[in-house]
Amino acid sequence: MDEKQILEIENLSVEYRTDEMLVRAVNGVNLRLKRGETLGLVGETGAGKTTLALTLMRLLPRGIGFVTGGSVKFDGANLLSLREGDMLAYRGKLLSMIFQDPMTSLNPVIPVGKQVAEVLELHNEAHRTKEQIEERVDEMFRLVGIPPERKGEFPHQFSGGMKQRVVIAIALACEPRLLIADEPTTALDVTIQAQVLAMMTELKEKLDTSMIMITHDLGIVAETCDQVAVMYAGEIVENGSVEAIFEGERHHPYTEGLFGSIPRLDIETERLRPIAGAIADPSDLPSGCRFHPRCPHCTQRCKAEAPAEHVVNGHMIRCHLYEGGAKA
Amino acid sequence: MGRYIAKRLLLMIPVILGVSLLVFTMMELSPGDPAQIILGIRATPESLAALRTELGLDQPFWVRYFNYIWNALHGDFGESWRSGLPVLQEIMVRFPSTIKLALGSMALMVLVGVPVGILSAVKQYSLLDNVTLTGALIFSSMPSFWLGTLLILAFALGLNWFPATGGDTIRSYILPWITLAASSLATLVRMTRSSMLEVIRADYIKMARAKGASEQRVILRHALRNALMPIVTIIGMDFGKLLGGTMIIEQVFTLPGLGSLAITSVRQLDVPMVLAEVLFIALLAGFINLFVDILYVYIDPRLKSQYVMLRKVRR
Repeated sequence: MDEKQILEIENLSVEYRTDEMLVRAVNGVNLRLKRGETLGLVGETGAGKTTLALTLMRLLPRGIGFVTGGSVKFDGANLLSLREGDMLAYRGKLLSMIFQDPMTSLNPVIPVGKQVAEVLELHNEAHRTKEQIEERVDEMFRLVGIPPERKGEFPHQFSGGMKQRVVIAIALACEPRLLIADEPTTALDVTIQAQVLAMMTELKEKLDTSMIMITHDLGIVAETCDQVAVMYAGEIVENGSVEAIFEGERHHPYTEGLFGSIPRLDIETERLRPIAGAIADPSDLPSGCRFHPRCPHCTQRCKAEAPAEHVVNGHMIRCHLYEGGAKA
Repeated sequence: MGRYIAKRLLLMIPVILGVSLLVFTMMELSPGDPAQIILGIRATPESLAALRTELGLDQPFWVRYFNYIWNALHGDFGESWRSGLPVLQEIMVRFPSTIKLALGSMALMVLVGVPVGILSAVKQYSLLDNVTLTGALIFSSMPSFWLGTLLILAFALGLNWFPATGGDTIRSYILPWITLAASSLATLVRMTRSSMLEVIRADYIKMARAKGASEQRVILRHALRNALMPIVTIIGMDFGKLLGGTMIIEQVFTLPGLGSLAITSVRQLDVPMVLAEVLFIALLAGFINLFVDILYVYIDPRLKSQYVMLRKVRR
């Protein structure tokens, strides 16, 4: 494995099984992430982004979510074969996660300072004393821009943006190798969004942390990511550098659709152009290419045969149109 | 906090007055002449009249009520019409047995109900969970007097493990505790389970897991305290139910408590006795409710700030 790769996901598949149905949430995902880089994971709601994140954390709902195949190599270790006891040492320490809604991510009955201290106490390999931990908590509060004097207060005494800062402080307190941010700013208003994003990017660089940024906001991706993976119906349909995705000519029809549905200031249009139809039902996925019912370039072949990953200069597109490297 | 407690204590005064008036009126309206009941059917009209004057029964309702309240405020709850002994003295003799019964059941309920509820939630849909839920359903639908009789038949008369009647030793309280606690315990288990299940799905529980906290820590440190509010509410409300339940249980197990005293005094129209007993129980329930409300603030810091905010606004 390449020294610089921090994360290597091979052919990962995840299912949710309930009495009523079988949901194939993640299907054969391949992803790589280099140390210190940020990967943007983009897609509609229901594309399987959060499931992928929870799989990396090994926090899929027990008895319902199952990994059915593939491997996840993180920092040389196969995450999926670790025992639960060993996984505890990874979570919060090497891998951390920021959840979507800061309003509900903090425990309402525990002072915020204690919630930051907890992650340090749980991973206290350096045998820090109580005072040293408190010092580190103060340091983290200053890093995320909250006066340390407020650490004795409870979550309800903070605004949404402040709460998300506390969550970020928790996630970064142990200087993790990989930070998974699941739509970290969706619940915040736009000005706060920009502040929080800028802070996250700055901290990530300071601590040399790699990041997976899950979002459906392409603006955030353009600002914060080095690499972009577009996810549709549990598959990565396009994966490349942020330049290739935002500036290149060659795109998966779904990516084109995503960009087409963003309002633009430089072109006058009457209406936005949404992608026709709804996202594929993961409990009843279409045959062949998952995107074919909504694709404007759909052929007979797309309906029958699933496309392979076609890679040119590290830019992957999973579409029959790009077979042999060129757009047919 | 002190102000809040003082306010709540003041609020208890109208409650107690209301309860006393209600009981006073009900005793007034119940059929039968107390003097006649005390002296028997063969009493002469003269002795009846004399006794009525002595008991103050010839005075109008409101005068009697206010006299009673006035004396009660001075610590004089009168004498029992039946035994002639001071009411307070009789109550104090009976009280320990009842409080032993009620607190014991409550302890049993909390110490068994909450842990079983948590386990049931953590192992949702497991065999343990199903057994617990079925058991809870059975126990909550069993009338206590019937369960008590069954327990006596099986464990006192059949197996001879516990005494069937009397309240001399702690052993003789075990069956009454179980009987009295059974249905409340079943409700508490279900309540704890559903409250826990709701909390376990919360984002901050996912967050706690993502921090690397062990399952045990997640449940005990992060979930339990958040799930506690409805649990404490149920426990507080059930205490009133337990106190009421003692009346029946004390009859079934012939325990010398307030409940059995209350039933005999109602039958004998012993007004001072009934009044004092009801007031006593009402006070006890009132204090428990106050205690529960104070407990809320310690469980959930959000309530405290609400209270502080209210005070600031008023100023």
